[in-house]
Amino acid sequence: MSVTLLIEQLLNGVQLGTMLFLMASGLTLIFGVMGLINLAHGSFYMVGAYATAAVTASTGSFLIGLGAGITAAALVGALVELLVIRRLYHRPHLDQVLATFALILIFSEGTRWIFGSSPLWLSPPSWLTGFVTLPGGTRYPLYRLMLIGVGVSISIALYLLISRTRLGMRIRAGESDREMIGALGVNIARLYTVVFALGAALAGLAGALVGALQSVQVGMGEPVLILAFVVIVIGGIGSIKGALFGALLVGVVDTLGRVYLPIFFRAFMPPSEATGTGAALAAMLIYILMAVILAFKPKGLFSAHD
Amino acid sequence: MTNYTPVSKKTPMPSQGTAEVAPATQVDSHFGRKGIVQMILLGLLLLLPIAAYFLGHLYYVNLASRITIIAMAAVGLNLAIGYGGMVSFGHAAYFGLGGYIAGISAYHAFDMTPFMTWPFNVPGSDSLLVVWLAAIVLCGLLALAIGAISLRTTGVYFIMITLAFAQMIYYFANSWPTYGGEDGLPIYLRNSLPIVDTTNALTYFLICFTGLVLAMAITSRLMKSRFGAALTMARLNDVRLATAGISPYPIRLVAFVISAAITGLAGALYADLNGFISPTMLSWHFSGELMVIVILGGVGRLYGPLAGAILFVMMEMLLGGITEYWQLFLGLVLLGVVLFAKHGVMGWLAGRERNE
Repeated sequence: MSVTLLIEQLLNGVQLGTMLFLMASGLTLIFGVMGLINLAHGSFYMVGAYATAAVTASTGSFLIGLGAGITAAALVGALVELLVIRRLYHRPHLDQVLATFALILIFSEGTRWIFGSSPLWLSPPSWLTGFVTLPGGTRYPLYRLMLIGVGVSISIALYLLISRTRLGMRIRAGESDREMIGALGVNIARLYTVVFALGAALAGLAGALVGALQSVQVGMGEPVLILAFVVIVIGGIGSIKGALFGALLVGVVDTLGRVYLPIFFRAFMPPSEATGTGAALAAMLIYILMAVILAFKPKGLFSAHD
Repeated sequence: MTNYTPVSKKTPMPSQGTAEVAPATQVDSHFGRKGIVQMILLGLLLLLPIAAYFLGHLYYVNLASRITIIAMAAVGLNLAIGYGGMVSFGHAAYFGLGGYIAGISAYHAFDMTPFMTWPFNVPGSDSLLVVWLAAIVLCGLLALAIGAISLRTTGVYFIMITLAFAQMIYYFANSWPTYGGEDGLPIYLRNSLPIVDTTNALTYFLICFTGLVLAMAITSRLMKSRFGAALTMARLNDVRLATAGISPYPIRLVAFVISAAITGLAGALYADLNGFISPTMLSWHFSGELMVIVILGGVGRLYGPLAGAILFVMMEMLLGGITEYWQLFLGLVLLGVVLFAKHGVMGWLAGRERNE
């Protein structure tokens, strides 16, 4: 149990957290502004990853691929909003859940139909492979470090967008009083499409970046989607600040739990049993964390809607 | 933000006990279009497998058992969603737990090893009665714990939290190696009952059918009672229920627990039907499918889950025979139903409920 391992795993946790934030910020923004629960957010993650993998494979450039992935996710998001989501804003949550569940089925099976069941491979570009030696002697993969950098930059950009621009002002106004900004002459329909596409683009970016670490396959968005739900429930649905805090908390707790719980159980159990028990408990850890937080704060830590 | 709606002078306040909103069962008549449709559904479900059995088509008997069990799980969920207004996205947890109880119990009975020895000795059992009782009680207890936390929240939070708890159990089953982990666990011998032979396909179907009818009868009976009136009011306007001196929280919690116990029992039946359990039974996809079945059939209607389950399994069989991408078409149908046909199959076949 060395310091190097701890630093490395902490960084892994932060890296997972920043990627979760990309997902969760879109989800929470869409809920905050439109009051919509969107299960199909994981599909945009998948669309971003597939488009990036396909375009990178044909052009040979990861950056062009990444651009294509983000654009594809945003376009698909806008299209889905225009065709389906728009009809759901005034419906009960049950209808929203079912319609977006239907979208997941359509996207997953559609993708399987087009690309087949076997995963696509997407590797980080050569100039991002290799290791960096951090102060203190920890060697850490450059690509993962870059993910943390991207996550932090996007968080800052999102903060500036929401607090400093006209679009951000409208988003904030939309969160506090939807009808009023419509009465003041803001084109609500267009605002909703833009916010939805923005959320989809962030999810697509996350999918593309993580796709280069793992494999690009059908259903890859679903585990991330559920983690993102845990994140925004912990943070308080509708709160970007809550999403950031929740994402980092979930990322770090999940990563450290998976590494240290089996080690912890090895102290008083036979190794094979310790690994099993530790892994099983680690898988449950963030849900237990969520339950504890909700037991004290049923609306999450930074509730935007009381 | 409080949801308090001022009561206008024209609205009569409900006097205690005799809530003015009677449950939907008032219109439950055995005659008329709705009654006929219901009798036909239930009659076909009973008679077709019997005919198939004597014609030697065991496949269709087992298919009918599958429909029956899934309908029963959906009856449980319908009590939460349809009657109680609690949109649980985690009922796979109870279905799966019921399944695992049947599987684990059979595993220990087969191996002659105890399930646990401390603080008291719990042996495995291959008796269905023991398995069923354990499934009902343990699923109810799990729902009590999950519901106690989740019901403190409402709306989107409730949906996401029930989903998250179900995922927690899914991941636990996935990474717990003792009972097969990801690979699942086979049940070598179907659990048994005294006198009857449960390995006979028709006998097992009749057991499942009895379970379904009982679950529907309990739901119907419950919704006709004072408790049902309170639950309906908790869904429609909980402030008003509280004004009548009844706290909505325990009413909802009890309904949630009963709902989970029914779904859990269905899970135990399902495990014994297939002779196999795996984390798939616990997956969120299954929670979603159960919701789809409830909606397809018609939410908050006694026969809705049955109609939904028949439609769902038939689509799976027919579309699945044509294309391996059948879920794409399921998605399109579901989207169409949600956007354009809100009252489900039963609404279309049997007319709308009076209170819709």
